This record gives sequence, structure tokens and C-alpha cells, in this order.
Amino acid sequence: MDLATRYLGLSLRNPLIASASPLTGTLDGLRRLEDAGAAAVVLPSLFEEQIEAQAALLDRLDDLAEGFAEARGFFPAGSLPQAGPDHQLELIAQARATLDIPVIASLNGVTDAGWTRYARLAEQAGAQAIELNVYFPPTAPTVDGVAVEQRHAEVLSAVKRAVQVPVSMKLTPYFTAPGAVIRRLDAAGADGFVLFNRFYQPDIDLLTLRPARRPTLSEPSEIRPGLLWIGALAGTLDGAIAAATGVETADEVVKYLLVGADAVMTTSALLRHGPGHLRLLLEGLVRWGGARGFASVGTLRGRMSRSLGGWPTDSDRGDYISVLHGYAAAVP
Amino acid sequence: MSRRATMDGNAAVAHVAYRVNEVCAIFPITPSSPMAELADEWAAAGVPNLWGEVPVVQEMQSEGGAAGAVHGALQSGALTTTFTASQGLLLMLPNMFKIAGELTPTVFHVAARSIGTQALSIFGDHSDVMAVRAAGFALLCACSVQEAHDMALVAEAATLAGRVPVLHFFDGFRTSHEVNTLELLEDGQIRALIDDDLVRAHRARALDPEHPVVRGTAHNPDTFFQARETVNPFYAAMPGHVQAAMDRLGDLTGRRYRLFAYDGPADPDRVVVLMGSGTETARATGRALCARGEKVGVLQVLLYRPFAAEAFLAALPLSVRAVAVLDRTKEPGASGEPLYQDVVSALAEAVATGARAAMPRVVGGRFGLSSKDFTPAMAKSVFDALAGPAPRHGFTVGITDDVTHASLPLDPGFSIEPEDEVRAVFYGLGSDGTVGANKNSVKIIAEDAGRYAQGYFVYDSHKSGAETVSHLRFGPRPIRAPYLIDRANFVACHHWGFVGRHDVLRLAAPGATLLLNSPYGPDQVWDHLPRAMQARICDLRLRLFVIDASRTAQEVGLRGRTNTILQTCFFAIAGVLPRADAIERIKAAIRKTYGGKGEEVVQRNFQAVDGTLARLAEVKVPASVTADWDRPPPVPADAPAFVRNVTAAMLDGRGDEIPVSLMPADGTFPSGTAAYEKRDVAEEVPVWEPAACVQCGQCGFVCPHAVIRAKYYDADRLAGAPEGFRSAPINVRGFPDVAFTLQLYLEDCTGCGLCVEACPAFSATEPGKKAINLALKGDRAMAERPRIAFFEHLPVNDRARVDFANVRGVQFLEPLFAFSGACAGCGETPYLRLLSQLFGDRMMVANATGCSSIYGGNLPVTPWGKNAEGRGPAWSNSLFEDNAEFGLGFRLTADQHLALARRLAQDLAPRVGEALVADLLAAPQRRESEIRAQRARLAELVRRLKGLGADPVARDLLSVVDHLVRRSIWIVGGDGWAYDIGYGGLDHVLASARDVNVLVLDTEVYSNTGGQASKATPLGAIAKFAAAGKRTARKDLALQAIAYGNVYVAQVAMGANPQHTLLAFREAEAYPGPSLILAYSHCIAHGYDLRHGLHQQDLAAACGYWPLFRYNPAMRAAGENPFRLDSPRPTVPLRDYAYNEIRYRALAQTRPDEAASLLAAAAAAIAEKYRAYEEMAGWHAGRFHPDVSAAK
Repeated sequence: MDLATRYLGLSLRNPLIASASPLTGTLDGLRRLEDAGAAAVVLPSLFEEQIEAQAALLDRLDDLAEGFAEARGFFPAGSLPQAGPDHQLELIAQARATLDIPVIASLNGVTDAGWTRYARLAEQAGAQAIELNVYFPPTAPTVDGVAVEQRHAEVLSAVKRAVQVPVSMKLTPYFTAPGAVIRRLDAAGADGFVLFNRFYQPDIDLLTLRPARRPTLSEPSEIRPGLLWIGALAGTLDGAIAAATGVETADEVVKYLLVGADAVMTTSALLRHGPGHLRLLLEGLVRWGGARGFASVGTLRGRMSRSLGGWPTDSDRGDYISVLHGYAAAVP
Repeated sequence: MSRRATMDGNAAVAHVAYRVNEVCAIFPITPSSPMAELADEWAAAGVPNLWGEVPVVQEMQSEGGAAGAVHGALQSGALTTTFTASQGLLLMLPNMFKIAGELTPTVFHVAARSIGTQALSIFGDHSDVMAVRAAGFALLCACSVQEAHDMALVAEAATLAGRVPVLHFFDGFRTSHEVNTLELLEDGQIRALIDDDLVRAHRARALDPEHPVVRGTAHNPDTFFQARETVNPFYAAMPGHVQAAMDRLGDLTGRRYRLFAYDGPADPDRVVVLMGSGTETARATGRALCARGEKVGVLQVLLYRPFAAEAFLAALPLSVRAVAVLDRTKEPGASGEPLYQDVVSALAEAVATGARAAMPRVVGGRFGLSSKDFTPAMAKSVFDALAGPAPRHGFTVGITDDVTHASLPLDPGFSIEPEDEVRAVFYGLGSDGTVGANKNSVKIIAEDAGRYAQGYFVYDSHKSGAETVSHLRFGPRPIRAPYLIDRANFVACHHWGFVGRHDVLRLAAPGATLLLNSPYGPDQVWDHLPRAMQARICDLRLRLFVIDASRTAQEVGLRGRTNTILQTCFFAIAGVLPRADAIERIKAAIRKTYGGKGEEVVQRNFQAVDGTLARLAEVKVPASVTADWDRPPPVPADAPAFVRNVTAAMLDGRGDEIPVSLMPADGTFPSGTAAYEKRDVAEEVPVWEPAACVQCGQCGFVCPHAVIRAKYYDADRLAGAPEGFRSAPINVRGFPDVAFTLQLYLEDCTGCGLCVEACPAFSATEPGKKAINLALKGDRAMAERPRIAFFEHLPVNDRARVDFANVRGVQFLEPLFAFSGACAGCGETPYLRLLSQLFGDRMMVANATGCSSIYGGNLPVTPWGKNAEGRGPAWSNSLFEDNAEFGLGFRLTADQHLALARRLAQDLAPRVGEALVADLLAAPQRRESEIRAQRARLAELVRRLKGLGADPVARDLLSVVDHLVRRSIWIVGGDGWAYDIGYGGLDHVLASARDVNVLVLDTEVYSNTGGQASKATPLGAIAKFAAAGKRTARKDLALQAIAYGNVYVAQVAMGANPQHTLLAFREAEAYPGPSLILAYSHCIAHGYDLRHGLHQQDLAAACGYWPLFRYNPAMRAAGENPFRLDSPRPTVPLRDYAYNEIRYRALAQTRPDEAASLLAAAAAAIAEKYRAYEEMAGWHAGRFHPDVSAAK
């Protein structure tokens, strides 16, 4: 089975992309991912605030260097990291020099200046594409949906103006009309979409009455919003689509491809099982496709998307009603 | 060609020393540490020496070790140097005799510093250098940054030529830390002075098995003397080699030097002879006096040893009638200080041999001890004294000696400061960037060929909220004024809080400009100034400018960082440079300073600069004083006399005015004076919520500054409570009428927030709120004063009724270590406070030099206090290296005097009561109630003994009777002491079987001198002298101590398990043999916000890096396994702990692959170590070394 595909104008040897995680944060991890079969890697997000926080800490350390008669600072000069994104940029450059697969940089900014500055630096460091991880939970009740969508468009436009490499948008499903938003961003020049991101959703620690901030890895059940909207949009966009969230086994990979994803990203499974898990996913994909006679990923892709008359259908509400009825019927 | 540069003396010396050496063996000591650090940094960066090689920089365990390594490297043929000062130089002394005796060329660069005598002092004088003058080193002294730079090279050239080792020295701080403009030697110039044939000759003399020799033999009486005299020709020739090197340097650079440099008229009647930075002041003063028609000169001694008498006599004009020799040292009991004696003997010999016709009057005097400022007025007073008919010998200048009346009078109005110079002083906080910005200003101004600049920075001795005063001079000529500014034409006060606390106009000259960072605008500020300040502004006709720099900073997103804003104001007002030019240069400096921190930071600073001028406003100064309030006195009127007369003057910045008669003669100071220093440094302070509080005591337990105090008391007493006094019913069943209060000493709080982090109690109704929370202080501190007074009026809880065994109980024990100047969030001081609560009223503390001796005993105040009965920790610091032995000495005396007291009591039993004596001698003293009972018996014994009148046996017993209360001996210090410099002594003391308790405040680096690696520094962390990450694991001091079998050993981390810490402290103290506690102490040198210090401690234990354990030999004696592993198997990966800290994370970001492999190695080492501990915890008792010292 021919596994080759294209995403953001990049040729991929298969549809599996290792998305941003600690595994993609070291050269060794990146090598292991490539060896295990990843077709591309997304490096860990470069967080504007993180850089700023480090700058503040380094400022404080600098000040301490001037505050005591007996101490000329507390660290050897030249040993402290720059507060800028240097080490992330270095990783991009090293990854490009070491890996044969495409290297995608991920940005998570706050200010316009931050987005464009870091995008440009990432491009200069060798990133072959840039993924914008627009993390903008509009928790302030005065921010309306229009403003949120506008913010996404502004960020995209600003970054597109700043760089030549393809730019993708990693989005949340929590829009009133995700399809319309995505189409609007598609029209604004997005080269691709990662569907979907998971917002940080805090739990509550009942002992302390504070948010419980433990990150959770995604589960296969979480693929459904992606299946719905990728299925609805595949074939209607200029930009490519990468599915993300919930990939644990080859089944999820197949499902995402069936609804029309150009590529499939995975993180949680790799964190759970290690980079070698990629081999199992690929073997599972080949086994499934081979058993059903699909000669290539291309022939499999989008077979269940709406544009090819697949799933979901135009009678979405009908589906919904029948599901509810079916559920009611099952109640003893 | 040379080029202009701006740097401090240490950098100027290190620049040369690094280039002309192959090996540097080093150990940190103030004020020389920066030389070693720079050498290490350059080596880490691959900077080559003159021969294209990167010198080896090796940190040693002590200066003694450094000298040994230097000696060995020299004997093996390498060009080798070291950098040191003070006690460090003394530790090198034995090797210096050897090195000199073997005619080994080397240069030791010394930032000369006081030797600890009645007190330690980090500041500069020549007592260290003079103490080693017999070693046989040539002593070459520089007086300025430029001269230190040049003499570093002259010294190297001369030692290679003459084979006499050279000690090159310059004044600690005054020269080592003064930033000044200098002409930097180019490598070619340095190269030209170093003769490679001499380098080869040095190598040829090296020990080499290819042509072996024996050196270091032992002689008998028949030969030693003759052999010792063989070196004479070398010493005779050495001044010639030094002068030759000076001449060669002069040819290359135009800077001419002489062994003895005379400055003045050809026919002076009076001459002052001196060395070091004071020379510059004396010279400038002498010239000023000559301009008034006086005939005075100054003779600077550059080469002090070998003392070239002929050159000295040649330099001293024959006309001179009176000579004053100024020594920056004190040699008690001598007929005069060392330089005086050399001058006298040179002159006397010249007169005796007829080389000189007459003996001038020669007097000696002392000046400038411990960086005491030496001003033109002081220099003038010396010249004036010489003009009198009978100038006094043995005078002092710069102090008021009202005891022996040796001090010279001063003319305070005398000044020689040039009119065309800008003299600016800036009052800032250590942490606000003021000093950094001022260093930048010096560089900015000195960039131009026609401008010169000097910067000198005065720090107070606190580690939190430290105040700095920057003294900057700018002018059209090189600035040779190594003394503080006392007539500033620009004064900047960077913190509004200083206005109400200090006399910030003390140094202002008439007509000066005052810049205030003020929350009040130009129309309001006047009404907020104290009366004395208003008066002085009017009297001196000052111009007054204000800016709300804090708000400006906030507006551009630079919260709290006002330095560039205030720097811009300085340039705008002072007119040193054209405004536009200045702003351009400030921006260039900003880009250079902050470029590494991101464009945003740079842009915000640019915005701050651009927004500054519009917000800077001149105040129309009213013609008269309007305020009806004034700055309060620094201590309350009811403070003890010593505090009012001495401490208050120091707190008020008038310590220089304290006369000799008010100072203790033997270094003895009263305890607990920190309670009088209300520093009020925190922006945010805690608020206690009685309703949410579970009264667990955790907050007070972790408080580094002992500002959280708890008491329980009869609720009836609340009747007289002042408004706002908080309390709650005590949270213990069966005490319905008892109230509990947590009193917060807000003016002593640093706002670190550890209390909030430690608090386990959350409000049931207000999400996220705890029982203690930080809030902006505002004016709450003053409001709290009556509440504190009321709280202090409540009875101290009876120690005998408090349960010491748990954290909750400990909160009711009065801390006898409080309000120190330690860093906000310090990880060490909570352990000391706990010690003082548990055992303070009967403890002695031997404290190694380091952070804990500085916040523990650096004047003006002392945090070690006493209780209402007058009892408290008796504390002393001896040295860095001898602390364990010092503390053991406490024990030896205690044991001896206890035995004596017991014998005398038995002898006197028939007269004072057999039963009383029997009880006294048999009483158990483990519990607090037992101690209390013993104190009562003792009081009765003392009463009866006094009744025996002058009976000599009774008086003898009275002199040692205190020992009948069990004494708790604590030996306290940091890891630099315990693991490195004091390790040999510590090991010996642990092996002594004596009842001493050792507490190691383990920050894993030398914290006090700025984070140099110790053998406690963990694998993979960066530290100074381990810039690429430490490559070896920390020493397992605990396991080494456990190996003795009879040492109680505990490893604790208060943040991981406070109850365990408490248990270990009590077990250690109760164990009747040696005890060792390793206490994890988070530190600013770890590189994170210390508010998270407790969490990091928890993680350190949770990841297995810092397992908690106790080894109690008493358990072994009882047939049980003495080793208890008290923390569970690692539950989090090492990286989750380590990468929260810059010391680990830096490497991960700069050298990720190396960091990853070091982290993996560290994780493997931790796993293996834990496995070994776990195995040990499972052994049966018989597998442990038995406690064979059971005879005790």
C-alpha cells in the first residue's frame, strides 16, 4: 500500500505526524520518532509568555548580580540561556540538519509582534512550515464570537505576511460554526488546519478549591468532533487538513483518513507507548487498507467525507434524531 | 596601540594574569573572587593565553589547597597564579614560604582586605599583606585600576627575571571594585614584556624524571642557615628587575612607574609616605596645598618588599623636615606599623652611615582600616600635623579616638573636588537595577575620548532589601579620587520610602539637583517631605525634580524596573551629554543589556526612555519650610543605651561618627538588636484569616525572618486589645476560654510568601484563599505597631507546657533568632529559627563564615536574641575553615567545667545542702520540664552559694555553675565549609565522640560569595567554576558520617516534611554523641522564585534526589536498625524537580545534549543511591558498625 501523502505542500512518506510533545523537544527524541516512521514532526510550541517569564527571571538574576557586595551574580557569566527563543530555534536548525522528514515549528503567541517575530525566526532557523497554536479561550464574557474569529484571522494574516513557508492553524472545535470559521481562514490564506486542539480545561481540587491543572492524555472517544468536521469540510478547502486528538490505534488513523484528513497527528499514544508505537499504527493502517484492497492512502482518503457523499450526510439532524431514538429504545 | 576601556580593578588585573599564565588554582574569597571567576569564565569560553593555550582553572577546597596546587604546578614547570585576600592569604602562608624559599617565579594577585580580629570585615586594608611580609615574596602595590592593570604585568615580568615570587596587591573594594577608565594593554604589549627564554628557564627548573633532582629536603642545624642565606643575591637584584619591567612598560605605553614615586616640589618640608589607593588622595591633596603655597610632597611606595632603601632615599628629597608614614594596617604592640619601621630604619641607616646629613622627624599613623574612607580632608590633616612642632607618632586619621586621643583633627570644610566635574550619588535598592544602570552610565560617558568616569558602589550588609549608594564622577580628566563623594551636585533617590527613613541629602552640595522617584507630582511632593529635608533643600538652594518612575515603568510593562527611566532622568538633568546623544546611547546600552531577553523587553525599555522626559517635572521649591513632621529616629527612645548610642548611628548612616570609646574593646555585642531595625522592605505582606486558620503552625515554622508569632492566652485578656487585633478561640478541645493569635511583624517581613505556600488551610467559602494570604502592605505596617505591642505584652507560653514534638507546638516557642537580613525566602534561616526555638535558651553556636555568619552577625544589628529571662543563644564566628574545631572547643570547655562544677558542688554539699546537690547532679535534663526544674535547683544553689560570701570554693563554683544546666552545642555552617574548606576538621570532630551537633545549611554552592561550586553541588547543575555543569555527583557526607557508627546523622528538608525536620533536630540534640544534620536549603543561587522553595524541597525528596533519613546509633545500641529511610521511593522523575531551576535548566537550553546525558547520569546515580539506602534500611542491626564509644 502506498502510504505517501501531502500536507501543507510537503511530501510525506506516510500520513503520521508526531505532534508537539516532550518527545519532539530533543534531537534524540526527534531521531527516534523518525526512525519509528513519523512522516513529519511538529516541534514543541514556542510560548511567548514562557519566553517573557524567562526574561523576567533572568532580569531578576541580573539585578541580584548587582545587589551584594560579596557576590558578582550567582551564575557563571555566559552560562545562562538567552531569554529569547534561541534554544528552540537551535533545535529547529539541528532537526533540519539531522532529519530527512519535514520539520514544522509551532507557535503560541500573545501579541501580534510576538507572533510575527517568532514566526520569522522559526522560518529563518529552517522550519518548513509553521503551525499557529491559537490559544485564545475567550473566558471574558464581554468578548463575543466575532471578536474571537477576528483575532484568529488577524493572527493568520500577520504571520502570513511575515513568512514565506506554509502556515497552518491549529484550532479548537468550540466555534458556533466551525465550518464557516475554517472556510474564512482558508480564504484568508491558511495553508492548512489541524483539527482539533484541546483547550486546557481545568478541574477543581475540592480540598484546596483551586483549579487542578493536571494535563490529561487524549482518548479515542475524543476523535468524534474531528471526524464530524473533517468529514464536513474535506474537499471544500484549499488548505490541507491534519487530524489531531484521540489517536490511540490504527483504527483512529483509518477513521480520520476516511473522513478526509490529509495527515494524522498523534501525541498521547506516543507518550503512553513510546515512539515505536508509530510502527504499530502504520502496520495497522497497511493491514486494514490491504485487507480492503486500498492501494494507497490517496484512494482511501475522504471516502466517507461529505463531499464524496459519505459521512456525515446532508441529513445530519435525521441522524441525530435516530441516535436519540435508538438510545431511548435501549433504555429498559 | 592600547585602547580605552572601563572596568573595575579585579577585571583589569585578571585580564593580564589570565594571559600570562598556564594554571590558575583558585578558591573564592571576597573581594578577590571576581578575578578567579573571570579566569574561569574565559577558560570556559576558550579564551587563549599569550601562547595560544587555554589556561587550566582549578577550584580547590580552600586557599591552603589552592596554594598547594600552585606550588605543585610551579614545581612542575607551569606558569601559575592565584587570586586571594585576607584569611585566604593567611592560609597560603606556609606554601608561600616554600615557594619563595625555592626561588619559584609566580605572582599572587591580592585584593587586600582586613584580617578578622575583633570582627570579620570583607573590606579593604593591608593587614593581610602585611601579615605575610616575612614569607619572602616581593610585595608590589598598585594604587588605581590602571596601575593594578599595569603592575600585574610588571610583577609577572619581574618574577620571571628575578625568580623572587611577587605578591601583587591593590586595595580591596576601593580598587578591586571601583569602575574607572583605563588604557588597556594590548596582547602585543603584554607579549613584549614576557621573555620566553625566562619562561623556558622556569620550565627547565621543573621536576622531571628525565633529569631528576630532589627538592624539599629536610636540613639539620649544620646547613639550614647557610642554605637560607643563598637567596640574598636574588633579593638584592629584585628591585632592579621590577624597575626594568616598569621601564619597559613605560617605553611601550608611556606610563612611567618608579619603585618609589615622589610627587611634589623639589624642596618639600613635609612628605607623606604611603601605599595603595590612598596615594591618589594624598597626591591630589598635596598638590592642592602646594597651590596654596605649602611645600608638601607625597612618596608612593610601589615595591615594598624587597625594600630598596637606596631607591627610597633617592626618591625622598633631602629638604624634607618631617615625614609621616601612613600604614593601612595595625600591628598592636609594635613600635610602629611595618612601612613606618622600614622608612625609619632606611633613614636612620642613611644618617648613621653619613649618606644623609640629618634625620627628619618621622611619625607613623594608621588610616583607612576596613575601607574606612580616606578623604582629602584626612590627607590634609596629616600634612597639617607634620607642620606642628611635635607631630604625634602613632596617630590615626579618619576616626574619633577619644580613648587614647591618637586621632588627628579634621577640617570638614576642606575639599579639592574640581568645579568641572559631575559628582552624582544614587540611592537604590540592591535588587532594582540601579547599580547596573549606573555601571552602564559610566561606560556610556567614558566612551568619548574627552570624557572620563568613575563608579564606586556601596552596599549595606543585608541580603534582602539591601540599599545601595552609587557614587559616580564624570569629568574631562582622568578621575583619581578614590574616596566617596561628600559634595554631590546630583542626588537621586530611587525609592520614595528612603525619604522618610534616611537623610538622603547628607551628601548634597549647595546648588545641587535632587531627583526623587515620587508617587506625588510636582505640585504635591513638597507637602510629603519631612521637615529637615525641606529645610535642607531651602538652605542649600537645591533644584528639585520628580518623576513617578514606578508608574511609568508599570505603564510600559516593566513593573518595578525603574532603572532605565531614572537613568534617562539623570542624563536629562545632569547635562553630562547632550540630551539626544545621551538617549541614543542609553538605547544602545539597553539593546546590549536586554537584547538577550527578547525584542519586547528592549522595546518596552525604549518606550520607558521615550516616555520619561514628558513625565519628568521640576518642582517650584517654596521659600520656606512647611512640614510639621520629621523623620522618626532610627530606634525608639526606650531602646537600650547601646542601641540608642551606637546601633542607631549605624542604622542612620552615621557609623563613621561613632567614637572609639563607644565601641566594645573585644568584639562583644549585645544580642537581639535586629528587633530595633524596622526595615519595612516588603511591598506585600501576609494577612491572617483567623476564621480559616487551623492553628497548625506551618506558616511560622517556615518563616525565614521569624515574623509570624503565635501565642495562646486567656480570652479575658482580649478586653484590652487594640483595634484590629486578631484572635480566634484556640483549636483544642477542653480550653473554652483560651484564645489564639498569630501576630505578624509586618515591618520585619520581606514578603517572601513562604508562609502562604506552607499554609494547608483553605477558606471554606472564598475560593483559593488560605488562612494566610499576601496583600499589598500600604500603610498597614504602622497600624500593626500597637497590636504587636499588645501581643508582646501577652505572657510568653510556658515552654514546659508546650508539646515540642510537633510543628503545631513549636509555634508557641519563642524564636531567639529573628529579623535577620537574610534573603527574602531564604532556605537556611527557618532551620536556625527552629533551633533557637527548641534549644535557644541553653545553646551555644559556632558559626562558620558564610551567609549564615553574615546575616547572623554582620553589624549594624544582630538577629540572635534572648528571652525575657535574659537567656539566649551565645553565638560566635571564628573562621571559615575551623568552625567544627571551634565548636568542639565549646564542648571541651563545657565538659571540663561541668566536671569541675560537679566536683565543687559535691565538695560544698555539706554547706549548701546534700539533697539539693544530689538532685542537681542526678537530675535528668531531656525534657523541657526537667530543664526548668534544674534551673530552679540551680537558682537555689546560687542563692546559697552567695550566702557563703567570699569563700573561694563557692566563688569557684559560681564561676562554672551555669554548666549544671545541660548545654546544647551547635556547629553551624554552609556546604562550602562542611564539604570543602572545613571538611578535615568536621571529620575529626565527628570522630571525637563528643556531644556536639552539626547543622549543615546545604545550599549546594558557596552562596555568600556568589554561587561557586562546592563538593555538595549536584551532578549536572551549573555553578561558578562548573559553568558546563558539574561532572561529578555530590559528596555523600551523610554516608561518610554513618560509617563511623557512633554519629547521629539525619538528612532533612523542611519543605518536604517539617515534622521529620523537627524530629531529627530533637533526636540529634538528645543524642549524647556527635550529630550531623544535612538540611536542604533552597537558595537564590538555584535560580527560581524562592516563593516556590518549599515545593522544590518537596520535589527534591519526591524524586529521590534528597531522600529523608535518620541514622540513630541509639537504635543500634537497642538492637534495632539505626537507619530509617523516611521518604518513600521516588514518585516523580528527576527532571520534574531539576528543570524548575535555572541551575539545571540553563544547561538544557544552552547544551541540550550534554544536559540530557548529565540528567540521565544524575537520575541513574540517584536511583542507585536510593537502592543502597533502601537496602541499608532493611539490614538487621548487626550489620551496622557498633557504637564503640559507648563509654561516654
